[in-house]
Amino acid sequence: MTLFSKGAERTVDTFPAPRGDGETATEQAAALIQLRGVNKHFGPLHVLKDIDLDVAEGEVVVVIGPSGSGKSTLCRAINRLETVDSGTIELGGVPLAVEGKSLASHRADVGMVFQSFNLFAHMTVLENVTLGPIRVRKVPPAKARAQAMELLERVGVGQQAPKLPAQLSGGQQQRVAIARSLAMQPRVLLFDEPTSALDPEMVNEVLDVMTDLAQEGMTMVVVTHEMGFARKAADRVVFMADGAIVEQASPAEFFDNPRTSRAQDFLSKVLSH
Amino acid sequence: MDVILDNFDLFWQGWLRTIQICFFALLGAVPLGILLAAARVSPVPSLRTLAGGWVTVLMSCPLTVVLFFMAFGLPEIGIKGSYFWFGTIGLALYSASFVCEALRSGINAVPTGQAEAARSIGLSFMPSLGLVILPQALRSSLPPLTNAIIYLIKNSAIVGAFGVGHDLFAVADTLTAARGLAALPVLAGVIAGYLLLVLPIGRLLSLIETKVAILR
Repeated sequence: MTLFSKGAERTVDTFPAPRGDGETATEQAAALIQLRGVNKHFGPLHVLKDIDLDVAEGEVVVVIGPSGSGKSTLCRAINRLETVDSGTIELGGVPLAVEGKSLASHRADVGMVFQSFNLFAHMTVLENVTLGPIRVRKVPPAKARAQAMELLERVGVGQQAPKLPAQLSGGQQQRVAIARSLAMQPRVLLFDEPTSALDPEMVNEVLDVMTDLAQEGMTMVVVTHEMGFARKAADRVVFMADGAIVEQASPAEFFDNPRTSRAQDFLSKVLSH
Repeated sequence: MDVILDNFDLFWQGWLRTIQICFFALLGAVPLGILLAAARVSPVPSLRTLAGGWVTVLMSCPLTVVLFFMAFGLPEIGIKGSYFWFGTIGLALYSASFVCEALRSGINAVPTGQAEAARSIGLSFMPSLGLVILPQALRSSLPPLTNAIIYLIKNSAIVGAFGVGHDLFAVADTLTAARGLAALPVLAGVIAGYLLLVLPIGRLLSLIETKVAILR
Protein backbone atom coordinates (compact mmCIF):
# COMPACT_ATOMS: atom_id res chain seq x y z
CA MET A 1 0.00 0.00 0.00
CA THR A 2 1.21 3.44 -0.78
CA LEU A 3 0.87 6.30 1.60
CA PHE A 4 -0.65 8.57 -0.96
CA SER A 5 -3.01 5.92 -2.27
CA LYS A 6 -5.58 8.28 -3.70
CA GLY A 7 -3.06 10.31 -5.56
CA ALA A 8 -0.67 7.56 -6.53
CA GLU A 9 -3.26 5.58 -8.43
CA ARG A 10 -3.39 8.29 -11.02
CA THR A 11 -0.94 8.53 -13.83
CA VAL A 12 0.51 11.65 -15.26
CA ASP A 13 -1.36 11.41 -18.53
CA THR A 14 -4.70 11.85 -16.81
CA PHE A 15 -3.67 15.41 -16.06
CA PRO A 16 -5.81 17.88 -17.93
CA ALA A 17 -4.19 19.67 -20.79
CA PRO A 18 -3.13 23.12 -19.70
CA ARG A 19 -5.57 25.70 -20.86
CA GLY A 20 -4.52 29.06 -22.07
CA ASP A 21 -7.83 30.52 -23.03
CA GLY A 22 -8.62 32.17 -19.72
CA GLU A 23 -11.92 30.33 -19.51
CA THR A 24 -13.02 28.08 -16.69
CA ALA A 25 -12.83 24.38 -17.24
CA THR A 26 -16.51 23.78 -17.83
CA GLU A 27 -15.68 21.17 -20.42
CA GLN A 28 -14.03 19.00 -17.77
CA ALA A 29 -16.32 16.04 -17.23
CA ALA A 30 -15.39 15.07 -13.68
CA ALA A 31 -13.84 17.96 -11.83
CA LEU A 32 -12.88 16.94 -8.32
CA ILE A 33 -13.56 20.42 -7.03
CA GLN A 34 -16.15 22.55 -8.71
CA LEU A 35 -17.02 26.11 -7.74
CA ARG A 36 -19.89 27.87 -9.45
CA GLY A 37 -20.87 31.50 -8.98
CA VAL A 38 -19.29 31.77 -5.55
CA ASN A 39 -19.72 35.16 -3.91
CA LYS A 40 -18.64 36.41 -0.52
CA HIS A 41 -18.72 39.75 1.22
CA PHE A 42 -16.88 40.96 4.30
CA GLY A 43 -19.25 43.77 5.20
CA PRO A 44 -19.18 46.19 2.27
CA LEU A 45 -16.13 44.46 0.78
CA HIS A 46 -16.90 42.04 -2.05
CA VAL A 47 -14.05 39.57 -1.54
CA LEU A 48 -15.14 36.81 -3.91
CA LYS A 49 -16.88 37.83 -7.12
CA ASP A 50 -18.70 35.14 -9.09
CA ILE A 51 -15.92 32.62 -8.82
CA ASP A 52 -16.12 29.65 -11.19
CA LEU A 53 -13.30 27.19 -10.76
CA ASP A 54 -12.75 23.54 -11.57
CA VAL A 55 -9.90 21.47 -10.31
CA ALA A 56 -9.47 18.09 -11.95
CA GLU A 57 -8.23 15.04 -10.13
CA GLY A 58 -4.45 15.09 -9.98
CA GLU A 59 -4.29 18.72 -11.06
CA VAL A 60 -2.07 21.24 -9.31
CA VAL A 61 -3.64 24.68 -9.38
CA VAL A 62 -1.57 27.57 -8.09
CA VAL A 63 -3.51 30.69 -7.16
CA ILE A 64 -1.55 33.91 -7.24
CA GLY A 65 -2.43 37.57 -7.02
CA PRO A 66 -1.85 40.71 -5.02
CA SER A 67 -2.63 40.86 -1.29
CA GLY A 68 -6.32 41.25 -0.62
CA SER A 69 -7.29 39.71 -3.95
CA GLY A 70 -9.34 37.02 -2.19
CA LYS A 71 -7.09 34.06 -2.91
CA SER A 72 -6.81 32.92 0.72
CA THR A 73 -10.55 33.35 1.19
CA LEU A 74 -11.13 31.24 -1.91
CA CYS A 75 -8.84 28.53 -0.58
CA ARG A 76 -10.51 28.54 2.84
CA ALA A 77 -13.98 28.49 1.31
CA ILE A 78 -13.26 25.11 -0.31
CA ASN A 79 -12.97 23.76 3.25
CA ARG A 80 -15.77 25.95 4.53
CA LEU A 81 -13.46 27.63 7.00
CA GLU A 82 -15.03 30.65 5.33
CA THR A 83 -18.74 30.55 4.58
CA VAL A 84 -19.89 31.91 1.23
CA ASP A 85 -22.90 34.10 0.51
CA SER A 86 -23.96 32.42 -2.71
CA GLY A 87 -22.87 29.88 -5.26
CA THR A 88 -22.03 26.19 -4.98
CA ILE A 89 -18.91 24.32 -4.01
CA GLU A 90 -18.72 20.61 -4.79
CA LEU A 91 -16.20 17.92 -4.01
CA GLY A 92 -16.44 14.91 -6.30
CA GLY A 93 -19.92 15.99 -7.36
CA VAL A 94 -21.19 16.27 -3.78
CA PRO A 95 -22.17 19.76 -2.61
CA LEU A 96 -20.36 21.05 0.45
CA ALA A 97 -22.46 20.46 3.57
CA VAL A 98 -23.37 23.45 5.68
CA GLU A 99 -22.58 21.94 9.08
CA GLY A 100 -22.49 18.84 11.22
CA LYS A 101 -21.13 15.38 10.54
CA SER A 102 -21.24 15.61 6.75
CA LEU A 103 -19.22 18.83 6.82
CA ALA A 104 -16.71 17.15 9.13
CA SER A 105 -16.35 14.21 6.74
CA HIS A 106 -15.93 16.62 3.82
CA ARG A 107 -13.15 18.34 5.72
CA ALA A 108 -11.53 15.00 6.48
CA ASP A 109 -11.25 14.48 2.71
CA VAL A 110 -9.78 17.92 2.11
CA GLY A 111 -6.37 18.50 3.64
CA MET A 112 -5.44 22.01 4.68
CA VAL A 113 -1.99 23.45 5.27
CA PHE A 114 -1.99 26.86 6.92
CA GLN A 115 0.35 29.81 6.73
CA SER A 116 0.96 29.63 10.48
CA PHE A 117 1.24 25.80 10.60
CA ASN A 118 -1.34 25.50 13.39
CA LEU A 119 0.13 22.35 14.83
CA PHE A 120 -1.64 21.35 18.04
CA ALA A 121 0.63 23.02 20.58
CA HIS A 122 -0.02 20.59 23.44
CA MET A 123 0.69 17.44 21.44
CA THR A 124 3.88 15.87 20.19
CA VAL A 125 4.64 15.84 16.50
CA LEU A 126 3.59 12.19 16.31
CA GLU A 127 0.32 12.84 18.16
CA ASN A 128 -0.40 15.72 15.79
CA VAL A 129 -0.19 13.37 12.84
CA THR A 130 -2.10 10.44 14.40
CA LEU A 131 -4.98 12.41 15.94
CA GLY A 132 -7.06 12.59 12.76
CA PRO A 133 -6.51 9.00 11.61
CA ILE A 134 -7.31 7.61 15.07
CA ARG A 135 -10.25 9.84 15.93
CA VAL A 136 -11.80 10.46 12.54
CA ARG A 137 -10.72 7.54 10.34
CA LYS A 138 -10.81 5.06 13.27
CA VAL A 139 -7.44 3.61 12.33
CA PRO A 140 -6.05 1.40 15.16
CA PRO A 141 -3.50 3.50 17.10
CA ALA A 142 -0.53 1.23 16.43
CA LYS A 143 -1.19 1.27 12.69
CA ALA A 144 -1.80 5.03 12.75
CA ARG A 145 1.54 5.56 14.48
CA ALA A 146 3.37 3.37 11.97
CA GLN A 147 1.82 5.26 9.06
CA ALA A 148 2.52 8.60 10.73
CA MET A 149 6.18 7.67 11.22
CA GLU A 150 6.43 6.72 7.56
CA LEU A 151 4.96 10.07 6.54
CA LEU A 152 7.21 11.98 8.92
CA GLU A 153 10.21 10.17 7.48
CA ARG A 154 9.06 11.06 4.00
CA VAL A 155 8.89 14.75 4.74
CA GLY A 156 12.21 14.48 6.54
CA VAL A 157 11.19 15.05 10.17
CA GLY A 158 11.06 11.49 11.49
CA GLN A 159 13.64 12.38 14.14
CA GLN A 160 11.32 15.02 15.59
CA ALA A 161 8.39 12.69 16.27
CA PRO A 162 8.54 12.82 20.10
CA LYS A 163 9.06 16.61 20.27
CA LEU A 164 6.55 19.36 20.79
CA PRO A 165 5.84 21.67 17.84
CA ALA A 166 7.45 24.68 19.55
CA GLN A 167 10.78 22.82 19.64
CA LEU A 168 10.87 22.65 15.83
CA SER A 169 11.90 25.22 13.26
CA GLY A 170 9.21 26.80 11.10
CA GLY A 171 10.16 24.70 8.10
CA GLN A 172 10.02 21.51 10.16
CA GLN A 173 6.66 22.51 11.63
CA GLN A 174 5.21 23.13 8.20
CA ARG A 175 6.44 19.75 6.98
CA VAL A 176 4.78 18.13 10.01
CA ALA A 177 1.61 20.01 9.10
CA ILE A 178 1.81 18.56 5.57
CA ALA A 179 2.30 15.09 7.05
CA ARG A 180 -0.70 15.67 9.32
CA SER A 181 -2.84 16.48 6.29
CA LEU A 182 -1.52 13.54 4.29
CA ALA A 183 -2.24 11.14 7.15
CA MET A 184 -5.94 11.64 6.48
CA GLN A 185 -5.39 10.40 2.91
CA PRO A 186 -7.21 13.42 1.54
CA ARG A 187 -8.60 13.65 -1.97
CA VAL A 188 -7.21 17.14 -2.29
CA LEU A 189 -4.72 19.29 -0.40
CA LEU A 190 -5.22 23.00 0.08
CA PHE A 191 -2.21 25.19 0.84
CA ASP A 192 -2.86 28.68 2.16
CA GLU A 193 0.41 30.57 1.71
CA PRO A 194 2.40 27.69 3.23
CA THR A 195 5.76 29.45 3.05
CA SER A 196 4.80 33.02 3.88
CA ALA A 197 5.58 32.69 7.59
CA LEU A 198 8.92 30.98 7.06
CA ASP A 199 12.43 32.31 7.26
CA PRO A 200 13.88 32.46 3.74
CA GLU A 201 16.28 29.58 4.27
CA MET A 202 13.41 27.27 5.20
CA VAL A 203 11.18 28.00 2.25
CA ASN A 204 12.79 25.48 -0.05
CA GLU A 205 12.54 22.49 2.27
CA VAL A 206 8.77 22.98 2.30
CA LEU A 207 8.50 23.69 -1.43
CA ASP A 208 10.51 20.53 -2.17
CA VAL A 209 7.98 18.42 -0.27
CA MET A 210 5.15 20.14 -2.13
CA THR A 211 6.84 19.61 -5.48
CA ASP A 212 7.24 15.90 -4.71
CA LEU A 213 3.56 15.67 -3.84
CA ALA A 214 2.61 17.43 -7.05
CA GLN A 215 4.69 15.00 -9.06
CA GLU A 216 3.06 12.06 -7.31
CA GLY A 217 -0.28 13.19 -8.64
CA MET A 218 -1.80 14.72 -5.51
CA THR A 219 -4.60 17.13 -6.33
CA MET A 220 -3.50 20.48 -4.94
CA VAL A 221 -4.76 24.03 -4.69
CA VAL A 222 -1.88 26.24 -3.65
CA VAL A 223 -2.15 29.90 -2.72
CA THR A 224 1.36 31.26 -2.80
CA HIS A 225 3.71 34.06 -3.66
CA GLU A 226 6.41 31.59 -4.74
CA MET A 227 6.52 32.19 -8.49
CA GLY A 228 9.30 29.65 -8.95
CA PHE A 229 7.11 26.95 -7.44
CA ALA A 230 4.18 28.01 -9.61
CA ARG A 231 6.29 27.77 -12.74
CA LYS A 232 7.80 24.43 -11.79
CA ALA A 233 4.97 22.49 -10.18
CA ALA A 234 1.68 23.97 -11.37
CA ASP A 235 -0.49 22.52 -14.09
CA ARG A 236 -2.43 25.74 -14.15
CA VAL A 237 -1.94 29.19 -12.72
CA VAL A 238 -5.01 31.10 -11.59
CA PHE A 239 -4.49 34.82 -11.26
CA MET A 240 -6.86 36.69 -8.96
CA ALA A 241 -7.31 40.40 -8.42
CA ASP A 242 -10.00 42.29 -6.48
CA GLY A 243 -11.90 39.11 -5.66
CA ALA A 244 -12.23 37.85 -9.22
CA ILE A 245 -10.36 35.34 -11.33
CA VAL A 246 -8.78 37.55 -13.96
CA GLU A 247 -6.74 35.09 -15.92
CA GLN A 248 -5.80 31.42 -15.89
CA ALA A 249 -3.33 29.57 -18.03
CA SER A 250 -0.50 27.08 -17.98
CA PRO A 251 2.49 28.45 -16.06
CA ALA A 252 4.60 28.86 -19.17
CA GLU A 253 1.83 30.72 -20.94
CA PHE A 254 0.97 32.87 -17.94
CA PHE A 255 4.46 33.91 -16.95
CA ASP A 256 5.81 34.42 -20.47
CA ASN A 257 2.76 35.87 -22.07
CA PRO A 258 0.24 37.30 -19.59
CA ARG A 259 -2.82 38.59 -21.39
CA THR A 260 -4.44 41.04 -19.02
CA SER A 261 -2.88 44.28 -17.92
CA ARG A 262 -3.56 43.38 -14.26
CA ALA A 263 -1.47 40.24 -14.61
CA GLN A 264 1.24 42.06 -16.55
CA ASP A 265 1.36 44.73 -13.88
CA PHE A 266 1.50 42.14 -11.06
CA LEU A 267 4.21 40.10 -12.73
CA SER A 268 6.32 43.16 -13.46
CA LYS A 269 6.27 43.89 -9.72
CA VAL A 270 7.01 40.41 -8.41
CA LEU A 271 9.46 39.29 -11.07
CA SER A 272 11.47 42.50 -11.35
CA HIS A 273 14.30 41.18 -9.23
CA MET B 1 -4.16 29.68 71.80
CA ASP B 2 -5.77 27.84 74.69
CA VAL B 3 -9.17 28.57 73.25
CA ILE B 4 -8.24 26.76 70.06
CA LEU B 5 -6.52 23.84 71.76
CA ASP B 6 -9.31 23.38 74.31
CA ASN B 7 -11.87 23.28 71.50
CA PHE B 8 -9.70 21.58 68.95
CA ASP B 9 -12.23 18.83 68.38
CA LEU B 10 -14.90 21.38 67.52
CA PHE B 11 -12.55 23.21 65.14
CA TRP B 12 -11.58 19.91 63.55
CA GLN B 13 -15.19 18.87 63.03
CA GLY B 14 -16.00 22.29 61.58
CA TRP B 15 -13.02 22.11 59.28
CA LEU B 16 -14.08 18.69 58.00
CA ARG B 17 -17.60 19.95 57.46
CA THR B 18 -16.29 22.88 55.42
CA ILE B 19 -14.21 20.48 53.35
CA GLN B 20 -17.29 18.36 52.84
CA ILE B 21 -19.31 21.32 51.55
CA CYS B 22 -16.45 22.44 49.31
CA PHE B 23 -15.83 18.96 47.95
CA PHE B 24 -19.41 18.37 46.88
CA ALA B 25 -19.80 21.91 45.59
CA LEU B 26 -16.64 21.54 43.49
CA LEU B 27 -17.80 18.15 42.26
CA GLY B 28 -20.85 19.91 40.86
CA ALA B 29 -19.34 23.24 39.86
CA VAL B 30 -16.41 22.04 37.73
CA PRO B 31 -18.26 19.64 35.37
CA LEU B 32 -21.19 22.04 35.16
CA GLY B 33 -18.81 24.92 34.45
CA ILE B 34 -17.17 22.91 31.65
CA LEU B 35 -20.58 22.11 30.18
CA LEU B 36 -21.62 25.76 30.36
CA ALA B 37 -18.38 26.89 28.72
CA ALA B 38 -18.82 24.29 25.97
CA ALA B 39 -22.36 25.53 25.41
CA ARG B 40 -21.22 29.15 25.31
CA VAL B 41 -18.76 28.48 22.50
CA SER B 42 -20.91 25.91 20.67
CA PRO B 43 -22.10 26.47 17.12
CA VAL B 44 -25.73 26.07 18.27
CA PRO B 45 -27.20 29.56 18.88
CA SER B 46 -29.92 28.41 21.31
CA LEU B 47 -27.35 26.64 23.49
CA ARG B 48 -25.16 29.74 23.51
CA THR B 49 -28.07 31.94 24.55
CA LEU B 50 -29.25 29.55 27.23
CA ALA B 51 -25.80 29.15 28.80
CA GLY B 52 -25.10 32.87 28.48
CA GLY B 53 -28.37 33.69 30.24
CA TRP B 54 -27.66 31.19 33.01
CA VAL B 55 -24.20 32.58 33.63
CA THR B 56 -25.38 36.19 33.54
CA VAL B 57 -28.17 35.55 36.05
CA LEU B 58 -26.05 33.55 38.49
CA MET B 59 -23.09 35.88 38.29
CA SER B 60 -25.27 38.90 38.96
CA CYS B 61 -27.16 37.25 41.79
CA PRO B 62 -25.65 37.47 45.29
CA LEU B 63 -24.90 34.02 46.69
CA THR B 64 -27.18 34.72 49.64
CA VAL B 65 -30.08 35.23 47.25
CA VAL B 66 -29.25 32.02 45.39
CA LEU B 67 -29.24 30.16 48.72
CA PHE B 68 -32.55 31.75 49.74
CA PHE B 69 -33.95 30.62 46.43
CA MET B 70 -32.72 27.09 47.00
CA ALA B 71 -33.84 26.81 50.61
CA PHE B 72 -37.15 28.65 50.46
CA GLY B 73 -38.05 28.92 46.79
CA LEU B 74 -37.65 25.29 45.81
CA PRO B 75 -39.72 23.81 48.65
CA GLU B 76 -42.59 26.05 47.49
CA ILE B 77 -42.65 24.21 44.18
CA GLY B 78 -42.48 20.86 45.92
CA ILE B 79 -38.74 20.20 45.88
CA LYS B 80 -37.61 19.15 49.31
CA GLY B 81 -34.23 18.35 50.76
CA SER B 82 -31.87 19.06 53.59
CA TYR B 83 -30.28 22.47 54.08
CA PHE B 84 -26.93 20.83 53.55
CA TRP B 85 -27.82 19.73 50.04
CA PHE B 86 -29.73 22.87 49.16
CA GLY B 87 -26.79 24.97 50.31
CA THR B 88 -24.13 22.86 48.64
CA ILE B 89 -26.00 22.60 45.35
CA GLY B 90 -26.71 26.34 45.46
CA LEU B 91 -23.00 27.01 45.94
CA ALA B 92 -22.21 24.61 43.08
CA LEU B 93 -24.66 26.30 40.70
CA TYR B 94 -23.38 29.73 41.68
CA SER B 95 -19.70 28.79 41.34
CA ALA B 96 -20.25 26.96 38.05
CA SER B 97 -20.84 30.29 36.32
CA PHE B 98 -17.46 31.54 37.53
CA VAL B 99 -15.76 28.29 36.47
CA CYS B 100 -17.43 28.71 33.07
CA GLU B 101 -16.14 32.25 32.64
CA ALA B 102 -12.65 31.24 33.75
CA LEU B 103 -12.64 28.48 31.14
CA ARG B 104 -14.08 30.74 28.49
CA SER B 105 -11.28 33.24 29.00
CA GLY B 106 -8.88 30.34 28.47
CA ILE B 107 -10.73 29.17 25.36
CA ASN B 108 -10.52 32.68 23.94
CA ALA B 109 -6.78 32.66 24.55
CA VAL B 110 -6.29 29.59 22.32
CA PRO B 111 -5.36 30.83 18.83
CA THR B 112 -8.15 30.48 16.24
CA GLY B 113 -5.81 28.47 14.04
CA GLN B 114 -5.92 25.58 16.51
CA ALA B 115 -9.67 25.23 16.07
CA GLU B 116 -9.36 25.63 12.30
CA ALA B 117 -6.70 22.93 12.15
CA ALA B 118 -8.87 20.63 14.27
CA ARG B 119 -11.83 21.19 12.00
CA SER B 120 -9.77 20.75 8.87
CA ILE B 121 -8.74 17.21 9.83
CA GLY B 122 -12.42 16.38 10.13
CA LEU B 123 -12.97 16.66 13.88
CA SER B 124 -16.47 17.87 14.66
CA PHE B 125 -17.27 20.35 17.43
CA MET B 126 -17.15 18.16 20.54
CA PRO B 127 -13.92 16.29 19.71
CA SER B 128 -12.28 19.57 18.61
CA LEU B 129 -13.21 21.09 21.92
CA GLY B 130 -12.31 18.08 24.03
CA LEU B 131 -9.07 17.06 22.31
CA VAL B 132 -7.62 20.32 21.04
CA ILE B 133 -9.18 23.43 22.56
CA LEU B 134 -9.97 22.57 26.19
CA PRO B 135 -6.62 20.92 27.02
CA GLN B 136 -4.92 24.14 25.92
CA ALA B 137 -7.59 26.41 27.40
CA LEU B 138 -7.40 24.67 30.76
CA ARG B 139 -3.77 25.70 31.13
CA SER B 140 -4.33 29.39 30.59
CA SER B 141 -7.54 29.14 32.62
CA LEU B 142 -5.71 27.95 35.71
CA PRO B 143 -5.11 31.35 37.36
CA PRO B 144 -8.78 32.51 37.07
CA LEU B 145 -9.86 28.95 37.87
CA THR B 146 -7.77 29.07 41.04
CA ASN B 147 -9.62 32.24 42.01
CA ALA B 148 -12.97 30.63 41.35
CA ILE B 149 -12.06 27.67 43.56
CA ILE B 150 -10.78 29.90 46.35
CA TYR B 151 -14.00 31.94 46.19
CA LEU B 152 -15.96 28.72 46.40
CA ILE B 153 -14.08 27.73 49.56
CA LYS B 154 -14.69 31.08 51.17
CA ASN B 155 -18.32 31.13 50.10
CA SER B 156 -18.83 27.85 51.92
CA ALA B 157 -18.96 30.02 55.06
CA ILE B 158 -22.15 31.61 53.74
CA VAL B 159 -23.58 28.15 53.07
CA GLY B 160 -22.58 27.22 56.62
CA ALA B 161 -24.27 30.29 58.02
CA PHE B 162 -27.35 29.29 56.13
CA GLY B 163 -28.69 26.80 58.56
CA VAL B 164 -26.32 24.04 57.46
CA GLY B 165 -24.20 24.66 60.51
CA HIS B 166 -21.30 22.79 62.00
CA ASP B 167 -18.84 24.16 59.44
CA LEU B 168 -15.68 26.03 60.29
CA PHE B 169 -17.37 29.42 60.37
CA ALA B 170 -20.21 28.14 62.55
CA VAL B 171 -17.59 27.16 65.12
CA ALA B 172 -17.05 30.85 65.80
CA ASP B 173 -20.73 31.33 66.43
CA THR B 174 -20.95 28.31 68.71
CA LEU B 175 -17.94 29.30 70.80
CA THR B 176 -18.63 33.03 71.10
CA ALA B 177 -22.40 33.26 71.23
CA ALA B 178 -23.28 30.01 72.96
CA ARG B 179 -20.27 29.57 75.21
CA GLY B 180 -19.33 33.20 75.64
CA LEU B 181 -15.68 32.92 74.71
CA ALA B 182 -13.68 35.92 73.51
CA ALA B 183 -14.23 36.49 69.80
CA LEU B 184 -10.69 37.43 68.76
CA PRO B 185 -8.84 34.16 69.47
CA VAL B 186 -11.76 32.13 68.18
CA LEU B 187 -11.84 34.07 64.92
CA ALA B 188 -8.07 33.74 64.65
CA GLY B 189 -8.55 29.99 64.80
CA VAL B 190 -11.23 30.14 62.14
CA ILE B 191 -9.00 32.24 59.87
CA ALA B 192 -6.17 29.76 60.37
CA GLY B 193 -8.54 26.99 59.36
CA TYR B 194 -9.43 28.70 56.08
CA LEU B 195 -5.78 29.50 55.40
CA LEU B 196 -4.93 25.83 55.83
CA LEU B 197 -7.47 25.05 53.12
CA VAL B 198 -6.78 27.85 50.66
CA LEU B 199 -2.99 27.98 50.79
CA PRO B 200 -2.29 24.36 49.78
CA ILE B 201 -4.88 24.56 47.00
CA GLY B 202 -3.37 27.78 45.68
CA ARG B 203 0.09 26.21 45.85
CA LEU B 204 -1.07 23.03 44.17
CA LEU B 205 -2.72 24.89 41.31
CA SER B 206 0.26 27.12 40.65
CA LEU B 207 2.45 24.03 40.69
CA ILE B 208 0.20 22.42 38.07
CA GLU B 209 0.34 25.68 36.15
CA THR B 210 4.11 25.58 35.78
CA LYS B 211 4.06 21.85 35.03
CA VAL B 212 1.59 22.06 32.19
CA ALA B 213 2.65 25.38 30.64
CA ILE B 214 2.56 25.02 26.86
CA LEU B 215 5.43 26.06 24.70
CA ARG B 216 4.41 28.31 21.87
